[in-house]
Amino acid sequence: MARILLKGISKTFKDETVIQDLNLEIKDGSFTVLVGPSGCGKSTTLRMVAGLEKQSGGEIWIDDTCVNDTPPGMRDVAMVFQNYALYPTMTVRGNIEFGLKNRGVPRNERDQLVKDISEIVGLAPFLDKKPQSLSGGQRQRVALARAMVKKPKVFILDEPLSNLDAKLRNQMRTELIQLHKRLGTTFVYVTHDQVEAMSMGDEIVVMNKGAIQQADSPMKLYQDPANLFTAQFIGTPAMNIMNLQDMKGLDIRSDRPVGHVGFRPEQGILNPDRPVEGLVLKGEIVTRESLGAENIYQIRSEAGMFFVKTFLKPLESADTVQVAIPHDQLYYFGKDGGRVYGAGLQERLLVAGGAVV
Amino acid sequence: MTLWHKLRPYGMVAPSIIIFSLFFIYPIFYMMYLSLFDWNFISPTKTFVGIQNFVDLLSEPEFRQVLSNTTVYTVLTVALTTGLSLLLALWLNRGHFLYGIVQGAIFSPHIISLVSISLLWSWLMDPEYGLLNWVIGLFGFGKLQWLSHPSTSLISLVIVAVWKGIGYNTLVFIAGLQSIPADIYEAASLDRSKPWTTFTKLILPMLSPTIFFLVIINMIGSFQVFETIAIMTQGGPVNSTNTLVYYIYEYGFRFFKIGYASAAGVILLVIVGILTLVYFKLLSNRVHYR
Repeated sequence: MARILLKGISKTFKDETVIQDLNLEIKDGSFTVLVGPSGCGKSTTLRMVAGLEKQSGGEIWIDDTCVNDTPPGMRDVAMVFQNYALYPTMTVRGNIEFGLKNRGVPRNERDQLVKDISEIVGLAPFLDKKPQSLSGGQRQRVALARAMVKKPKVFILDEPLSNLDAKLRNQMRTELIQLHKRLGTTFVYVTHDQVEAMSMGDEIVVMNKGAIQQADSPMKLYQDPANLFTAQFIGTPAMNIMNLQDMKGLDIRSDRPVGHVGFRPEQGILNPDRPVEGLVLKGEIVTRESLGAENIYQIRSEAGMFFVKTFLKPLESADTVQVAIPHDQLYYFGKDGGRVYGAGLQERLLVAGGAVV
Repeated sequence: MTLWHKLRPYGMVAPSIIIFSLFFIYPIFYMMYLSLFDWNFISPTKTFVGIQNFVDLLSEPEFRQVLSNTTVYTVLTVALTTGLSLLLALWLNRGHFLYGIVQGAIFSPHIISLVSISLLWSWLMDPEYGLLNWVIGLFGFGKLQWLSHPSTSLISLVIVAVWKGIGYNTLVFIAGLQSIPADIYEAASLDRSKPWTTFTKLILPMLSPTIFFLVIINMIGSFQVFETIAIMTQGGPVNSTNTLVYYIYEYGFRFFKIGYASAAGVILLVIVGILTLVYFKLLSNRVHYR
């Protein structure tokens, strides 16, 4: 069990600054997911916590110890790598107990630990096999077992599921969530997949260009994005964002200047049968994706392209449609991308992008 | 299938098969045949002597010394070349810009002709005027006889062979090391593995196919050493550097006892053949990573 504290962390590779003044608290026992596009510094952050990469500035604390100068093996962290990083010349047992051997755990205790752990992850029949004769999912379990057996204070997982096929990935996702519940250890997980982040994390840290955009619970992140980046990163499809200057006749009352207006695709009401108080857009359906329970429409309006998602409704066949978004489902962002709170539309029913209410 | 279609593949491989048969297969069998005769290359008649050549060879103390010289030379050369190049590769693998220059430098002996190398080292190892004796003199040591004394002549040849072979071996080792993914080292460091443990428990086993390849290739090469001996020592002094191939050359082309030389050739063929078999056998059972 451990709380991790990053204080003013920075990292430069040669002349390139990857991370600058990063501050983050990872709560004890949390399942924290670092998520962001590739090259955003999430893996680097993770590797600095593990000690595989030395930060250029700042301090890393695990519980009450500053681990700046602690070698990786002494930080009491275990890591699961993207490519598993199993020792190919050792058997599954050898892989799992290598860390224990290096700690001088006596043999009978070691055997017991390996036995227990291999039953938990379902590897008992494979203990004497070499990793290369195992499937991807089994290798992943070996990597997990190798990390778990050391009973670390912190679990670090660097895109552990990205090499698995879709079905196995879903299964391992559930297993990891259960594992976290069972162990109660702090998990720090890195992924570029926002769906994975949303479904697994109880705390999500959205990163971009080496800076934290927002750190919050999944629901908070979804319902209350702090900026344009988070709004457009979380959700499938992402939030629709429209430039204010493209929306003629929209009059917004706000203390701060507003540059963009956004709404979630699932909040747009397609061809409302009753008048809705809010923004109404008129447009032409460009594509229709029918996924069974839900349909996704791509719509071209004068204010730009946007998506609308409907649930349990028949597929809309008309070419031109009206989409209404209720007042309280609109998000406002400043020109710098920051969220503008307390803004609202001037009139009750509005005409935007040339659409008639 | 027309006749042309049937014949075409044979036509395609024919040139290489013909060359291979003419210059490799035929000489091998002809050598085996000759090893059963007493012949001086010139006289029109060959006298059949059965296995007498082999009996003579094996009871000849000189030949036994040749075998022992060859074995000592091979073991020393292989052990030193492989060991030193592994150390060098581990050092060079850290990827500093300087290492590129060093890599080029240690590889250059590999592309220099053996004749040049032999002449060069003959000068360096000259007991009176050689650079090596001057250098060790700076450290206060007495002059060594190098190639001119039976106690140091074989090891002097080993030094030349190691010097020539180390670059190629290092390069192969570096390639082997670079195929080990970086995250293995990282996983090991998280497992609190000490550098020595990482090396013996992880790196060496993962390098074993490379080590094995180099050991066998070097062994086969060392067993057939000829040029350096022919140029630097001619097998002397007092037979101390006479090795199998040089022995065959001397008996065949200087003493014209071609049957006797062929018998020695057959023995060399058997030794190299066994090494090759061991190589392929073990290679197929070898654990390969990934």
